[in-house]
Amino acid sequence: MSALLDIRIITQRQLRLLTRVPEVLIFSTIQPVMFVLLFRFVFGGSIDTGQPGGYVQLLMPGIFVQTVAFTLAGTASGLAEDLKKGLIDRFRSLPISPSALVVGRTLGDSMLNIVVLVVMALAGLAVGWRPSSGITKILIGFLFLFLFGYALSWVGIYVGLSVSDARVVQNVGFMVTFPLTFLSNAFAPTTGMPRLLQYFAEWNPVSTMVAGCRELFGLQNEFGATAGSFPSENPLLMSIVYMGLIMLIFIPLSVRKYKNASN
Amino acid sequence: MKSVIAEDLVKTYRDGEVRALDHLSLDVEEGTVLGVLGPNGAGKTTTVRILATLLKPDSGRAMVGGIDVIKHPDKVRQIIGLSGQYAAVDEILTGYDNLVMFGELYHLGKKQAVLRANELLERFSLTESAKRPIKTYSGGMRRRLDLAASLIVKPKVLFLDEPTTGLDPRGRLEMWGVIEDLVKGGTTLLLTTQYLEEADQLADEIAVIDHGKVIARGTSDVLKKQVGGERLEIVVEAAHIEKTQAIVSKVSGNKSSVDAGIRMVSAPVSTGATALIETLRELDAAGIHPLDVGLKRPSLDDVFLSLTGHIAEEKEEAK
Ligand SMILES: Nc1ncnc2c1ncn2[C@@H]1O[C@H](COP(=O)(O)OP(=O)(O)O)[C@@H](O)[C@H]1O
Ligand SMILES: [Mg+2]
Repeated sequence: MSALLDIRIITQRQLRLLTRVPEVLIFSTIQPVMFVLLFRFVFGGSIDTGQPGGYVQLLMPGIFVQTVAFTLAGTASGLAEDLKKGLIDRFRSLPISPSALVVGRTLGDSMLNIVVLVVMALAGLAVGWRPSSGITKILIGFLFLFLFGYALSWVGIYVGLSVSDARVVQNVGFMVTFPLTFLSNAFAPTTGMPRLLQYFAEWNPVSTMVAGCRELFGLQNEFGATAGSFPSENPLLMSIVYMGLIMLIFIPLSVRKYKNASN
Repeated sequence: MKSVIAEDLVKTYRDGEVRALDHLSLDVEEGTVLGVLGPNGAGKTTTVRILATLLKPDSGRAMVGGIDVIKHPDKVRQIIGLSGQYAAVDEILTGYDNLVMFGELYHLGKKQAVLRANELLERFSLTESAKRPIKTYSGGMRRRLDLAASLIVKPKVLFLDEPTTGLDPRGRLEMWGVIEDLVKGGTTLLLTTQYLEEADQLADEIAVIDHGKVIARGTSDVLKKQVGGERLEIVVEAAHIEKTQAIVSKVSGNKSSVDAGIRMVSAPVSTGATALIETLRELDAAGIHPLDVGLKRPSLDDVFLSLTGHIAEEKEEAK
């Protein structure tokens, strides 16, 4: 019971950081909204999707996934910062379980995504995004996005504790996230990629997430489907497997690393 | 009863390349203050982190409040307070928010946490700035808030790692005042410092550490005696230096030395105040009016020098 309370307190702390530094919230929202507008109006005209409703229908799930993927960098750099300041030492010297501390942190960090996703969805709707699958499926789609961000936030804990300089962590986060989101079906079909990349892109969890969300938002999965590989045929199943794997590996790993953390 | 016992602690970093603690042993009697004194890199932070359950030693044993630190870290965490070398409070949150958050994490419950936060803010003269984010605080205010955070549950044993490093003289004096009040309340305290006068001022007993070992321990008086007795120092007009030197040598029975720059004649004395009075009388008889006189007890710097044969040197601190 007291562990739940601890989790709540730490979650609240992470959320409070957001209200105290509105810049974080503003910039984590402005950037994806900017992406929506740029891609919609710069590429939207020239990419022929063969889908009703045009490029923006395919684009939105891609940007949603890319945005929640940045949770990894966010968690990692916040943690590295706290580690450097000795705050983690203080937390660890308290009579509470380290797991509670990390769970609270990952929860709080991924809750930022709820706000960001809502704002992006509104921006999407404004520029012509029209999910057509009905409210239940749409909500399941957003639940998937939230969970993906949550899973990656556990990777963020590990990265933040391993590379303990906040600026380096930012860069590492981006270096991991950017190629992963672009070597995927998020913004362009994988069919145009060289064979090897195509293979990578299809197995990329970002692709399965994007394809899964497209399905849940009511699109046929044509943009992603290519060689008929397993992940592109079963994106939702594969996404669940990936999220499960990420958490299975990184939750124990990160908790253990946190217990022995030192700056 | 001993509140803190460390026995034969060894801690190495980088696969044994850096030997931070080399069979370090110390203890703190309940209700007293132990000052752990040593230069940068001596192993102070490592010692504190082991005792506060944050770090596991390679070998050795440590007990805090009668509880084994390595076997039952959870129990130890319930009775200690720690204020690390860098003020570990949330920069973005306000002072009040920080204390309430830590209070809640100590499971005081919201109401108690709020009460305690206000109480501590008041006690450390932080009430006025309670609702400002910590990043607007001065160094001294941060350290006081950090100390307050470590006192939330009235710990049985308190660890303070270099509580005044980086503070200006005023901040340091304030911090000393706060710590002295705490100690009057009976808290057992282990405090590390690089400042000799700080250990002298605050600690009942001092353990001098160097290269991960305790090289001397005792009250500051005992340590000073170890270096030798007092020194008589007299400053006179340049014209009187020679005569003064003769007098001082005669009274002290020791060879006196002269620092021409500050026109100071000095010599070790074994009879303290008596030697001082006699010297003044002789100077007066010779018509010499000293500009300044003093009986200098050796500083802990002198202690360090005589113990280690080198002045407190800094080891490069790896981050
Ligand atoms: N994480 C670490 N990795 C490698 N060396 C370290 C680490 N922490 C401390 N050291 C080394 O251990 C020695 C003792 O350090 P420390 O306990 O921080 O000393 P102090 O607090 O007295 O300045 C120093 O030589 C320091 O460089
Ligand atoms: Mg230190």
